[in-house]
Amino acid sequence: MTVLVDYGAGNLTSVKYAFAALGVSVEVVSDASRVAAADRVVFPGVGAAGKAMENLRSRGLVEAVRAAAVEKPFLGICLGMQVLFSRTEEDGGVDCLGLLDGTVRRFPDLPGFKVPEIGWNDVAPVGEAPASVSGGREFYFVHSYFAPVVAETAGVSEYAGVKFSSMTRKGRFWACQFHPEKSGRAGLELLKEWLSC
Amino acid sequence: MLKKRVIPCLDVRAGRVTKGVKFKNNVDLGDPVEMAVGYSDGGADELVFYDITASAEHRPIDIGMVSAVAAAVRIPFAVGGGVSSVADMERVILAGAEKVSVNSLAVRRPEIISEGAEIFGRQCIVLGMDPVKSGRTPSGYEITTCGFREFTGMDAVEWAKRAAGLGAGEIVVNSVDADGTRGGFELVVTRLVAEAVDVPVVASGGAGRPEHLVAAFNDGLADAAIVAGMVHSGEYTIADIKREMAAAGVPTRMDW
Repeated sequence: MTVLVDYGAGNLTSVKYAFAALGVSVEVVSDASRVAAADRVVFPGVGAAGKAMENLRSRGLVEAVRAAAVEKPFLGICLGMQVLFSRTEEDGGVDCLGLLDGTVRRFPDLPGFKVPEIGWNDVAPVGEAPASVSGGREFYFVHSYFAPVVAETAGVSEYAGVKFSSMTRKGRFWACQFHPEKSGRAGLELLKEWLSC
Repeated sequence: MLKKRVIPCLDVRAGRVTKGVKFKNNVDLGDPVEMAVGYSDGGADELVFYDITASAEHRPIDIGMVSAVAAAVRIPFAVGGGVSSVADMERVILAGAEKVSVNSLAVRRPEIISEGAEIFGRQCIVLGMDPVKSGRTPSGYEITTCGFREFTGMDAVEWAKRAAGLGAGEIVVNSVDADGTRGGFELVVTRLVAEAVDVPVVASGGAGRPEHLVAAFNDGLADAAIVAGMVHSGEYTIADIKREMAAAGVPTRMDW
């Protein structure tokens, strides 16, 4: 069973519909035992990092999510990617899950670059980039904070003069800053590839 | 590089897509879900639905239709019109829309913007505004409400700044003067707003030819542009528009 972790960080409807479009039904779960029992774990998230980490702690999900990221196919999306890093500058600075090294920072204010970044941006493949990203694809982003380029970076994008990790991958542990569930055919191809990893 | 977005707008009345000029003479154009899929498959970057009402008598938003669109398309979409409370916003977002657009409601009750942004995140809250050329306000553009019927005395640029400060994540500038004319966007007010706020600005009203979008991006400094009649009529496809944008050097998503 593929599960979608619900920790009160945004709306899961679009993610469910995207998997449904691939013929896969996903179960929405919010307790640690069901994350532990899952075959595959999707870890979405929209909103603020402080509240997201607080919810993960208060719902007792921190260890289950950490274990899932190491043990089974795992896909973090958007804020669900950012909180995998050690720390974020958001909300005055918040310690996160520490599965990826580095600090998530806010885009600088530069003339001509609105924050949040909203829209379709290029993802350039690097490292362990999945085949669905090879050659470079466009995906849909909505975010004000960005993850640094790290050893696990699999896709790089550029905004407001910053090169950031739009995707990371280490084996079956995937994460993306963009929304594959809202990225048309490119997004569905990426989800399909993750389902077979 | 971030792409400039092309956004078809679907006006839905009583379950059907319609198109009118300056809110009058509405013509039936088709089924909203079928049209949404067609535009999504044809390269639209996003969609916007206005006035999704269950009947012609302005009953609440047709949530069933929002769900049907969310299930059928894999690109983001916004819903506007008929939203009268945070509870309405929540129903629209939980049904699968990325964004909710408020317009007259926000003029009457600006706190709706901050309340929505607080709960759902500012990226979910779009301010729609209908400015008209006017000698009565400093920028020369005055906000109208209720389908251009009421003048508010509010300055368009000041209102945009205030709404962005309250938490609007995006601002749609729909020119009353240009709406439905297919003579091109009102570039002056689009640019005034785009220069005044630090959130993305969407040009709306007046798109008739692909070069109008190029102008909205290059001269109006818009981040996205709404199209309606020019594509609903079949005169142009989204691909036609994007080819012209690409040829003019506007960053455009060409792979879909």
